[in-house]
Amino acid sequence: MTAVTAGTAAEATMETTAEGFEAAFDAAVAADERIEPRDWMPEAYRASLVRQIAQHAHSEIIGMQPEANWISRAPSLRRKAILMAKVQDEAGHGLYLYSAAETLGTGREELLDKLHTGRQKYSSIFNYPTLTWADVGAIGWLVDGAAITNQVPLCRCSYGPYARAMVRICKEESFHQRQGYELLLALSNGTPAQHEMAQDAVNRWWWPSLMMFGPPDDESAHSAQSMAWKIKRHSNDELRQRFVDICVPQAEALGLALPDPDLRWNEERGRHDFGAIDWAEFREVLKGNGPCNEQRITQRRRAHEEGAWVRDAAAAYATKRRAGSVPAEDGVRMMEATA
Amino acid sequence: MNDAPVTAPPRAAALALGDDALVLSHRLGEWAGHAPVLEEEVALANIALDLLGQARILLSLVGDEDELAYLREERAFRNLQLVEQPNGDFAQTIARQLYFSTYQLFLYRQLAAGDSAFTGLAAKAVKEVAYHQDHAAHWTLRLGDGTAESHERMARACGALWRYTGEMFEPVEGLEVDWRALEDSWRESVAGVLERATLTLPDGPRSGAWRAGAGRQGLHTEPFGPMLAEMQHLHRSHPGASW
Repeated sequence: MTAVTAGTAAEATMETTAEGFEAAFDAAVAADERIEPRDWMPEAYRASLVRQIAQHAHSEIIGMQPEANWISRAPSLRRKAILMAKVQDEAGHGLYLYSAAETLGTGREELLDKLHTGRQKYSSIFNYPTLTWADVGAIGWLVDGAAITNQVPLCRCSYGPYARAMVRICKEESFHQRQGYELLLALSNGTPAQHEMAQDAVNRWWWPSLMMFGPPDDESAHSAQSMAWKIKRHSNDELRQRFVDICVPQAEALGLALPDPDLRWNEERGRHDFGAIDWAEFREVLKGNGPCNEQRITQRRRAHEEGAWVRDAAAAYATKRRAGSVPAEDGVRMMEATA
Repeated sequence: MNDAPVTAPPRAAALALGDDALVLSHRLGEWAGHAPVLEEEVALANIALDLLGQARILLSLVGDEDELAYLREERAFRNLQLVEQPNGDFAQTIARQLYFSTYQLFLYRQLAAGDSAFTGLAAKAVKEVAYHQDHAAHWTLRLGDGTAESHERMARACGALWRYTGEMFEPVEGLEVDWRALEDSWRESVAGVLERATLTLPDGPRSGAWRAGAGRQGLHTEPFGPMLAEMQHLHRSHPGASW
């Protein structure tokens, strides 16, 4: 009997403690305090963040592909340099975000494996092809624009490491977005063929960009909980509306039309009304049936598989150094040996 | 490059150095999205950007950078055959980087120490190039002294590109360089890195695909034509357009 009593007491204490942790967590979120890696957090909060941050990281990595597709064909050296720098930044953003995810107790290897096996997703937008040079501008203006609209509120996300990563990423994304806009402006004001190229790209990227905000609020599985936890600050539809309202005057300034006959100013709402999104297409792309899903994941997997021997070599080399069989380099630059 | 050269830089020399940087930058840009590890996506793009920056300065010394990059044909390019070689596997890319960045390092050190139209540019570039050489040397060590497979691949890559190393030391008109000293420093440095990487300096001929110095005379290898076709096609499709 004694043992049972003791056990019950211990269980009761644990329960009280867990309740205490949960109350402290809820209070911290309510007070807009940041949750940090060593703080207690509900398992579902942790899982939800891992899912979102991993998907965000994967999007940066897969998102390199449609733009890298034009590096070797960029039409001027200045544009080529801008594009290379942008794709490099995206790899860097992926690295920040994998690091943020790792503070939640997962690892980059594990996350990449989930990406490669389709168990974790990336943004649907990167399953569309870049068919002309103008697509590079449309991605900068619309895709990065939508990403920024989504991500600026994440700078106030309740999870500290994610929020801090977003501050850095948003600064660079804003820069990319302006460059994309400027690229499109140059085309729009260029020759008739260039103008047509720009319009065609906007026609093809507009709707997929609106889909980046996710399903409508009444169909969004994770939204309510994410908002309660202050991971998300605004609903999908609210952010989408905000994006449309930002883009309309920008499109006018560019001299390019947005491909939506139902798009018009609504005096009463003080916002733009816009046409219906093709959610059937969105679901198909999410299911893996978009124009480039297969190609994107195959290229990513191939880069990883073909790079395995390189990673193995680096690991073997590091092991030899640790074992002390060869003198450690200790960060001594090779240049000192060859200078 | 704030300090403008007093005399116009020798065209042949600026084109030779500019084309080397332009073409190698292009090849490295082809790695984007294909690198073995994310850190190398960043590193290879970083090196490509440095080289593109050097190319833009050098080409601008003799004309319009875009006209020179996009409207010259294969026979008018003056780059080394080494830098136009396809990326191959990561070992081949690293071997190409080791050979070329070591060459650029000692070449720019000499130019930075001299007094010519290239002094200012070389002084700036030598810092970037030292980083490139460091990156290549460290990967040569990891691959050479990593696993049996990586050792084998690195040895093969160093051997395959060896024939293109002779042309680096053919004098270029307008470059005041001690070519003999450059070659000696280069050989000593590369041999030292390879030795530490448990590899040996290849000993085959170094005459290039035609003869030593062919690239500098516009005689290139076959992979270069398709590379240029890809690089130039959009620019050439819209004559007179600005981007």
